Amino acid sequence: MASDLTNPLLDALSASEAPILSNEAFPSHPSSSVKSALDRLGSRQMVEYETLEKEVIVLTSEGEEIATNGSHEAKVFAAVVAAIDGLKISDLPGLVGKDNAKVGQGNAFKRGWIKKDNDKLRAATESIVDETREHLLTVQKTRALGDAKVLADLKRRKLIALSKEIAYKISKGPKFAREFVKEETDLTPEMIADGSWKTTPLKPYNFNAKGAPTTAGALHPLNKVRQEFRNIFFEMGFEEMPTNRYVETGFWNFDALFVPQQHPARDLQDTFYIADPLKADPPHEDPLSDPHRLKATQPASQATKDKPVDYQKYWDNVHEVHEHGKFGSIGYRYPWNADESLRLVLRTHTTSISAYVLHKLAANPRPARFFSIDRVFRNEAVDATHLAEFHQIEGVIADFGLTLGGLIGFMEVFFAKMGIHQLRFKPAYNPYTEPSMEIFGYHEGLGKWVEIGNSGMFRPEMLESMGIPKNMRVYGWGLSLERPTMIKYGVSNIRELLGHKVDLNFIETNPAVRLEKE
Amino acid sequence: MPTISIDKAALFKELGREYTTEEFDELCFEFGIELDEDTTDQDRPVVDGVQEPPQLKIEIPANRYDLLCFEGIALMLNIFLGRKALPDYKLVPPANGQLQEIIVKEDTTKIRPYVSGAILRGIKFDKARYESFIALQDKLHQNLARQRTLVSIGTHDLDTVQGPFTYEALPHKDIKFVPLNQTQEMNGEELMTFYEKHQQLSKFLHIIRDSPVYPVIYDSKRTVCSLPPIINGDHSKISLDTTNVFIEVTAVDRTKLEIVNRMVVTMFSQYTSEPFTIEPIKIVSEHNNETRVTPDIAPRTAQAEVSYINECCGLSLSPAEISNLLTKMAYRAKPSINNADSIDVEIPPTRADVLHQCDIMEDVAISYGFNNLPRSFPSKSGTVAQPLPINKLSDIVRVEAAMAGWTEVLPLILCSHDENFRWLNRKDDGNTAVKLANPKTTEFQVVRTSLLPGLLKTIRENKAHSVPMKIFEVSDVAFKDLSLERKSRNERHFAAAFYGKSSGFEIVHGLLDRVMSMLKSAFMTAEEGLNNPAIGDSQYYIKELDDPTYFPGHSASIHLRVGGKDHVIGAFGILHPTVLGKYELKYPVSTLEINIEPFL
Repeated sequence: MASDLTNPLLDALSASEAPILSNEAFPSHPSSSVKSALDRLGSRQMVEYETLEKEVIVLTSEGEEIATNGSHEAKVFAAVVAAIDGLKISDLPGLVGKDNAKVGQGNAFKRGWIKKDNDKLRAATESIVDETREHLLTVQKTRALGDAKVLADLKRRKLIALSKEIAYKISKGPKFAREFVKEETDLTPEMIADGSWKTTPLKPYNFNAKGAPTTAGALHPLNKVRQEFRNIFFEMGFEEMPTNRYVETGFWNFDALFVPQQHPARDLQDTFYIADPLKADPPHEDPLSDPHRLKATQPASQATKDKPVDYQKYWDNVHEVHEHGKFGSIGYRYPWNADESLRLVLRTHTTSISAYVLHKLAANPRPARFFSIDRVFRNEAVDATHLAEFHQIEGVIADFGLTLGGLIGFMEVFFAKMGIHQLRFKPAYNPYTEPSMEIFGYHEGLGKWVEIGNSGMFRPEMLESMGIPKNMRVYGWGLSLERPTMIKYGVSNIRELLGHKVDLNFIETNPAVRLEKE
Repeated sequence: MPTISIDKAALFKELGREYTTEEFDELCFEFGIELDEDTTDQDRPVVDGVQEPPQLKIEIPANRYDLLCFEGIALMLNIFLGRKALPDYKLVPPANGQLQEIIVKEDTTKIRPYVSGAILRGIKFDKARYESFIALQDKLHQNLARQRTLVSIGTHDLDTVQGPFTYEALPHKDIKFVPLNQTQEMNGEELMTFYEKHQQLSKFLHIIRDSPVYPVIYDSKRTVCSLPPIINGDHSKISLDTTNVFIEVTAVDRTKLEIVNRMVVTMFSQYTSEPFTIEPIKIVSEHNNETRVTPDIAPRTAQAEVSYINECCGLSLSPAEISNLLTKMAYRAKPSINNADSIDVEIPPTRADVLHQCDIMEDVAISYGFNNLPRSFPSKSGTVAQPLPINKLSDIVRVEAAMAGWTEVLPLILCSHDENFRWLNRKDDGNTAVKLANPKTTEFQVVRTSLLPGLLKTIRENKAHSVPMKIFEVSDVAFKDLSLERKSRNERHFAAAFYGKSSGFEIVHGLLDRVMSMLKSAFMTAEEGLNNPAIGDSQYYIKELDDPTYFPGHSASIHLRVGGKDHVIGAFGILHPTVLGKYELKYPVSTLEINIEPFL
C-alpha cells in the first residue's frame, strides 16, 4: 500500500529517543492514513499516542491562487505596465479576466499604482510591493501571521480560513519493535496440523465491529403473529376450522347468521359479489371429493352418536326464522328471498365457516372449541387502515350452560396470553350475537383504552335453526390480525404489513414475535 | 354505525347535571353507546356570525332507532339513570271521533304497496326541535329505510290540506305539482330531469324512475302532498309555526314501515299540547287486507324465563330484581302471577330491536353492568387441540423454505384479470377463475388462480432491495368448480421466485428438490417414472414443458406419484421476457409453483 505508514512510522520512532509529532514527521500525509497505521500498531501495543488538535490558518482556494500568481491589483498593474502607450479600460477584462479587472482596478487606484487618462490607464509608479501576496505566502509557510489587523482583513476578504489540524504525539509502546510483522488473520487447518499456531501471532479481533452478516430466510411478520395466536388457541384446547374456502353463499355468510337480507353489510358497497360462477346450490352435504369437507375429529366411539344432518330442514328453519320468527323469536318479518341466499360472495368474515362447523356440531351437540385465522374480503375503499383484504381471528366455544361471565373470564385469560391484562366490556350490537360485547384493552404504551375485539353469544335464532339444543350456548369472538400487529410494531399503514407493497427489508429484519412479552 | 351530533348543554340540562367528558364517556360506555367526540375544546364552525355550541358526537348501535335523535337519547339515558319512567304513549282520536283517512288504491302494489301515518296535534316547534325533527327523518331514511328504498317519510302541515287522503300510483305524466321549496309546477317526468343533478335527491330517483307508475299522495282537493320516496309538495310544507303535523309513511317493507312511524311519533309526541298523545289515522286498503288504524303503539308483551336470564348472566336474581333491572332499559316488567320462572315484559313501542328473550336477557346484563357480572372460566371441552391438516402441511413447507434462505411474502389474493392471465401469457378459458361482480378498482377483478402475480408485484415494489431476491408464499388460490355447493374451491399452493443478475433456474430447481425431499418424495427421472411404476411410495419427476409463461426450453412440469397415481402438481422455469416486461422487471426471474394438497 502506497500510503501504508506502518513501517515508516516504526523507523521514525526508533530513530528518535523522544516522542515524535506526526505533522512534523509526515507532513504530506493526511491524518487519516496516519491514524490507520496508529490503530494497527496501537492495537498490538507497539506504539502509544495521543491526539493533538489545534487551530491553524489555511488559505482558501482564492488565497492559494493569489499566493501563486499575485493579487488582482498586481495583475492589473502588470497589464498596464505592459501596455506601451497606456491601456484602454475596455481592454482590461480581456487581458486579466473579468473578476481581476473589477476588483484589481479599484484596489490599484486606491494604492496609487495607476491613474486614469481619458479612456486609458497608465502606471503611476515605477514598481510596487504586492503586500497581499506577501502576507499570504507567510501564512502558507508558517500557518500563522503576526499582524492581527491584516489577518482579520484577509479573513474578511475570504482569502484565509481557520481550520482544525489533527496531529498525533507518538511514543514507543510496551511491545515496540523495529518491524511490523504481518499476522495471520485466522486459525487454519494447516496451523493446527503443523503446530505453527503455537508461534504464529494472530491478528487481534475487532470487538467493536459487527460480525459477518449471516444469510437467512425469513417468515412474514404477520404470519409470525398469526402463529402466536394459533399457539394460544392450541394451548387452550382449540381445533382449527377449515377456512380454506374464500367463496361463500349469501346463505352461509349472512342468512345462517341471522343477518337480514336488507342489512347494509350485504350492500354492493361492502361485499364483493361473484359474477362468475353466478349462483350457488342450496346447502347440501359436501361431496367426498370436496377438499374442504370437514373431517371427523371426534373419537370413533362418539361419531356413532351423530344424527344425520338434514339440510332441507336447516334451510327451511332459516327461511322461517327470518320471515315469520321461530324458536321464541318474532323474526325480522320480511319476505325472505331464496335467490338472495344463493348469491355467491367472497366471504366477509370467517364466521361463515364457524356457522358451517357449528351446523356439523349440531349432529352431535357436545362441548367444543374451534378457532380460525384466515383472510376475509370487504369491498372497501382502500386507505391507511383499510384494505380490501385482511385476516380475521375467530374463536368459538360451545357448551351447555355457558354464562356471560364465563365469556368475560375466558377473554381475560385469552388476552393475558398476549400481554393485555386490563379489559373492560361495552354493550354493542351485532346481528348474530346477543349479548354482544366490544372488548377494550388498556394499552400501557398508548396510555389509553383501545378496542381490541368483538365478542358475544350467538343468537338462538342462528343456533336453534341448526338444531343446536336451546340449553347449549355458544361464545364467538373475533379480532383482526392486522390491528394488534400494527399496534405492536407501530406500523401506521396497513399496506406496509400486507400485500405486495411490503418492504422486504421489514420482513427480513423483523424480530421474533413474543406476544406475552411487552 | 350511525353517529349523531347533539347539543351538549341541552342534553346535560335534560339529564339534570353537568358531566365531565370522562364521566359522560363512562355513562355511554355502560349504556352501550359510544362518545366519539366532545367538540367543546375544538374550533367549531361559525354560521351567520354565531359559533356552534359544543356538540357531543355519539355513535349509536345500528339497531337502536330510538336513539337516533336528541329526544331519544335524553329519554333513554334518563330512564337508564332512574330519573324518569317510560312515558305512557296514548292514541287520542279527535273529539268528533272521525279519524283522518288515507285511502289506498290497488295500483300502489305495483311500486310501493304500503302506507301508514299519524297526526301530532298542537305541536310546539322551536328551532332546535324543528331541526331535530328533520334530522331524525334523515337518519331513519339513511339507516333503517336503506336510503329510502324500503321506507320513506313525508310530513305535512295538516292545516294546509284536507282529508281524506288517497295513496295512488299514476303514470308520471299525470302527476303535476310544485315540489318542496320550488316555485314552478312540474310533472313526474320533468321532476326526474329537474332533480338529476341535485346533490341529495338525485340518489333516490332510481327507486321509482323506471316504473310505469309513480306513487303519490293526494288530499281530497287533489293537492299533491308527496311523491314518495323523492319529495313532498311545496303546498303542505311544515315550518316552525306548524302546529298540526300530518305524517305519512310509505314502504315496500311492512315491518319497517310501522317501526319508522312509531319512532317518529313516539319521539316527537312529547311536544304536543297534551304530551305523549298521538292522533291515529285510518288506512283504508281493502285490496290487500291492510285496512287498519295506525300507528300501533301498544307495547308488545312477551314472557322471559327467569332461569334462562340467570343462567346466561351467571346470576341468581329474583324475578322482582330482574323486573327492576329491566325498567332501567325502558321495559315495564313484573313477575308472572302463575309461573315463578317467568316475567311478564312489556316491550315499549320505541324498542324495535327486541326480537327474542335473548335481547331482554342482554338488557338485564347491561342494566346490571357487564363489568359487574361474576366472572368464571369455562373449562370443559370435547375437542382436542389440533391444526387443520392443510395448514400443518403449509407450515412445514413454509419453515423449510425459510430455513433454505428464502423470504416469505404475503401479497393480496385478489388481482386484476390481466395480472392473472394476459401478463403471464395465459389465456382465460372461462372455466378457471372466480370473477368479481362489483370491484371498486381493476386491482380486484378476479380471485387469483396462481401465486405468481403476487410474487412478481412484490419484486416490482422492492426493486431498491439488493439482488438476488428470493421470495416465496404458501397460500390459497381459487378455481371454479361447478360440482360443489359454492361452485368454487380453494387450492393450497407453494410458489417461489428468484430475481437476480442470473436466471436462478437451477436455484428454484434446487428449492423444489429440497422441499420434495423434506416431504419424503424421492426424485426419479421421467423415464424411470414412465417405465417403472413401482419405485416407492411417493416420487416426483420433471418433464420439459412448452408453456408461453416461460422462456422456451427452460421450464418443466412437476409430476408427483403418490400411491401409484400421477399428479401434475405444478411447474417451474425461467419467466418469458414478455412476462418480465409486463411486470416491469429488468432482471431475469425464475419461478416455481406447486399445488401441495396431494401431499396431505
